[in-house]
Amino acid sequence: MEIAVNTNGSKYHVNEKGYYGNFGGAYIPEMLYPNVEELRQNYMQIMADPAFQQQFTQLLKDYVGRPSPLYLAQRLSEKYKANIYLKREDLNHTGAHKVNNTIGQILLAQRLGKKRIIAETGAGQHGVATATVCALMGLECIVYMGSVDIERQAPNVARMKMLGATVVPATSGSRTLKDATNEAIRDWINNPVDTHYIIGSVVGPHPYPDMVARFQSVISEEIKLQLQEKTGTPYPNYVMACVGGGSNAAGTFFHFLDDEQVQLIPVEAAGKGVNSGFSAATSQLGKPGVIHASKTLLMQTEDGQIIEPHSISAGLDYPGVGPLHAHLFESGRARFMNATDDEALAAAFELTRLEGIIPALESSHALAKLKDLQLQPSDVVVVCLSGRGDKDMATYINHMELIAKS
Amino acid sequence: MNRIDQLFAAKKERILNIYCTAGFPALEDTLPVMTALQAHGADMIELGMPFSDPLADGPVIQDSSTRALQNGMSIKKLFEQLKGFRKNIQVPVILMGYLNPVLQFGVEAFLQQCAETGVDGIILPDLPMAEYEQDYKPLFEKYGLHLIFLVTPETSDARIRQIDAVSNGFVYAVSSSSTTGKDKDMKGQQAYFERLKKLQLQHPVLIGFGIKDKATFDAACAYSNGAIIGTAFIKAVENSQALDKDIQQFIQTVLS
Ligand SMILES: Cc1ncc(COP(=O)(O)O)c(C=O)c1O
Repeated sequence: MEIAVNTNGSKYHVNEKGYYGNFGGAYIPEMLYPNVEELRQNYMQIMADPAFQQQFTQLLKDYVGRPSPLYLAQRLSEKYKANIYLKREDLNHTGAHKVNNTIGQILLAQRLGKKRIIAETGAGQHGVATATVCALMGLECIVYMGSVDIERQAPNVARMKMLGATVVPATSGSRTLKDATNEAIRDWINNPVDTHYIIGSVVGPHPYPDMVARFQSVISEEIKLQLQEKTGTPYPNYVMACVGGGSNAAGTFFHFLDDEQVQLIPVEAAGKGVNSGFSAATSQLGKPGVIHASKTLLMQTEDGQIIEPHSISAGLDYPGVGPLHAHLFESGRARFMNATDDEALAAAFELTRLEGIIPALESSHALAKLKDLQLQPSDVVVVCLSGRGDKDMATYINHMELIAKS
Repeated sequence: MNRIDQLFAAKKERILNIYCTAGFPALEDTLPVMTALQAHGADMIELGMPFSDPLADGPVIQDSSTRALQNGMSIKKLFEQLKGFRKNIQVPVILMGYLNPVLQFGVEAFLQQCAETGVDGIILPDLPMAEYEQDYKPLFEKYGLHLIFLVTPETSDARIRQIDAVSNGFVYAVSSSSTTGKDKDMKGQQAYFERLKKLQLQHPVLIGFGIKDKATFDAACAYSNGAIIGTAFIKAVENSQALDKDIQQFIQTVLS
């Protein structure tokens, strides 16, 4: 395992100015300039340092439990008449892919001499992963979380508190991930010297999208090795991942970006339907603009006000998408799909009953699109199972009760 | 000559710039507020273009933005309101807002409307200097509009000089590292204000963020050409039943 550092010359990786095609950049107020500039100037050098890589790799192995298995899901494969592999990020310590990034960023924050860590969280997985590494390193941790999400992801709130983090409710706007991110950015403006902001996805100002993608790139690095071993070639026909901000998808796609024979399938949350007015399918509903300091696709009104999204899954309930994904959409490199709340729920129950794996609601959005791929029996599909479903039990229990009643 | 430059040519001290969100407290209050501000002694007016996600603002200005949006405010509506305002209002007017609504309006269309209605300057905190220079500077110059940049206590001397060189009009010195409306102690900022003064910038300096009354206004003016008041003014008018009278009283207290 090592962090991908050299990506020069790729059409799909970030350029030296911090852009992916027309998207990216750092549209930050001057108050954040010193922080973001400090990161920009140092992140590649720190990541390339063999001592840093060694520390990162060791923690991923011994603490997180990597490599995560690539599991050939037999009964799921039978059902969809293809060879379906699950990349088991749900088996990571803390239960999702988010920890790959927080391990990387906490080591980076230590190198920069930061004493205080802030984060935003939607589903609470990134909050838990941040609180975990802060406990591990003995650093103060403040997590901003929308008050709506605090209610729907209660188990993760309890975990963060037990880990010693302060969870601060975001009560503005839609009171979900977007607003938690606003509050975290405001905190950083107010605490510019001692604080590092661990962003949880491939969003925000450059260098965050690139930095987070590189920390998550371990996912596709492992997939290639594991597939080579299992099938004799590192190239599947399809790689699929759900997209909130896009970090598990970025990690799943990273080492396949320039392998054009591999189809990249990002799956967004359609909510109650793409055109229902309650959706988070940014590539379908968004236009170019600036959200959280990045030029990207975002859901907005004609006047440029950001639209409040909807998804049953807190981790996908975001009106933007990372600039890498905006570029993959615009360039046609990835084929964007979307799944409704109901499709995701059905897929969660299907995986549970066929494979004995209860997935996170987020990951279920990716699973839900297997039925729409028109697969051939020889096709090899890798789905990133980005997280486990423990945090979503309340939603799943409700669903079971509804079905029992009807 | 741009009205901002005219003002600084004529007046070097105790310049009072007041911020108010457009379309606030009520949609049609934009012009009455501006008229009262000029009548009672504000030297410059900063009009906020409300945005759903104002990252650099604290709760008071956030709430004023939300309310203005609920009132139906938009950039399009603002330009309708501003049509003909120069018949009655002579002080410089600056539009402050976030980049996204301006991008959707169209940057050139926006600047053209600013020039046509008689706006003098723009503040877009999330448009960084590098992007401005690369993409937009010729457009601002074409329409004779000043883009005002911020500096903060964490901005290095070298960067302050760079910003001063790219700036037009004045340099907006954020008093402390904070979002708007935070009560951070101004006393702790003396070293920073001294540093700014020693730099002898080409452009005048106005201090903003945390200026809320006579004491803080006087303190800021000791180091700069004047100051900008936002949050305190919003608080003074948010529940006002008599805008003109309340604005008069607010300004009198600050300038007393
Ligand atoms: C399990 C899981 N998957 C996916 C996501 C979505 O984030 P991203 O798109 O950055 O992978 C989240 C976010 O909270 C999550 O918890």
